[in-house]
Amino acid sequence: MSEPRPAARPLPPVAIVIGVLFFFGLLGLMVYGVMKSGAPDRDILPSALIGKPAPAFELPVLHDPTLKVSSNQLRGAPYVLNVWGSWCAACREEHPVLTRFAETKRVRVIGYNWKDEPADALRWLEQLGNPFVLVLADLEGRTAIDWGVTAAPETFLVDASGVVRWKYSGALTQRVIDTQLLPELDKLDRAHAQPHTPPPPAN
Amino acid sequence: MHSRIPRRLRRTEACPVGRAAHRCALPAWVGLCFALLLVPALALAQAVSDPTPLQYRDAAEEARFHALAAELRCVQCQNQSLADSNAQIAHDLRREVLQLMQQGRSDAQIKQFLVERYGEFVLYRPAMEARNSLLWFGPLGVLLVGAGTVAWVVRRRSRQVQPMGESEERW
Repeated sequence: MSEPRPAARPLPPVAIVIGVLFFFGLLGLMVYGVMKSGAPDRDILPSALIGKPAPAFELPVLHDPTLKVSSNQLRGAPYVLNVWGSWCAACREEHPVLTRFAETKRVRVIGYNWKDEPADALRWLEQLGNPFVLVLADLEGRTAIDWGVTAAPETFLVDASGVVRWKYSGALTQRVIDTQLLPELDKLDRAHAQPHTPPPPAN
Repeated sequence: MHSRIPRRLRRTEACPVGRAAHRCALPAWVGLCFALLLVPALALAQAVSDPTPLQYRDAAEEARFHALAAELRCVQCQNQSLADSNAQIAHDLRREVLQLMQQGRSDAQIKQFLVERYGEFVLYRPAMEARNSLLWFGPLGVLLVGAGTVAWVVRRRSRQVQPMGESEERW
């Protein structure tokens, strides 16, 4: 500290350019990270099932538990599977949006009642209206693990051959339906229109 | 007609929080339910669950279970391990993991089972692959670049700096 060091040779311009680029690179990375961390869906995991066959299952129907529906019976036409529970506040929030979508009859909307008391679930549907063509009941939540469900609500799109095409975690909004679900359905329609005639009615 | 009012009350009590609220007096209950209605809207509330504790067959199995659960990440409360998390899905997954263990699956098979359903995210120590090699080797690469730069600067300076004087030697 006492004696000034002999002045170093100025750095070559290449080193300065690399240093500045590195600095701005890090700055950019930081800004990107900060912006990403503010996104509302930052904790949502991409589904491991996209592009893979939906898990095989056999579940009782909520309205008549003696009746069982298996994954094979749902093949032949695409369907949207909505995971919900009467205990789930966000499901109540998305209910009107889902109902509006189901009423367009664009695709079968199937309910997946997850870890719920059947009586509560039935009352919920009675109070708010039932947008589903069919509601499956998974009391134990065992099959939900095969679907990779983490929390309700979650919504899957499964194509006619039983492959999972899309998943959304969290309450559906009209925006999500317009910008994600409908384009996915259009894609399915286009893919389907090429090789075959229109899809056969399910069941 | 008279019986409808208590029924309605009971109905609202079963709001997202679960069944804990029913013993509160009415005014406190109303406030509580309001507060609780606001909070869990985003928190994706929880459901009916099996309250029985996990049944281990012996101490070794329990130890193995705890070691494995600490290696797995909870898929909902993402900064907690499966062992620590109190989320509903963590309860279910712990039960599932123990069941798979008791069916004689190895730790690797159980991890594979979860990865197939929830993705690599569940592993605190993901497998080394080409896809994530930057994560494994990136820090080492940065360290090497840094060390190279330091070596280069030091060598460059040592060429021009005189041997140290007396006063500098002290520190």
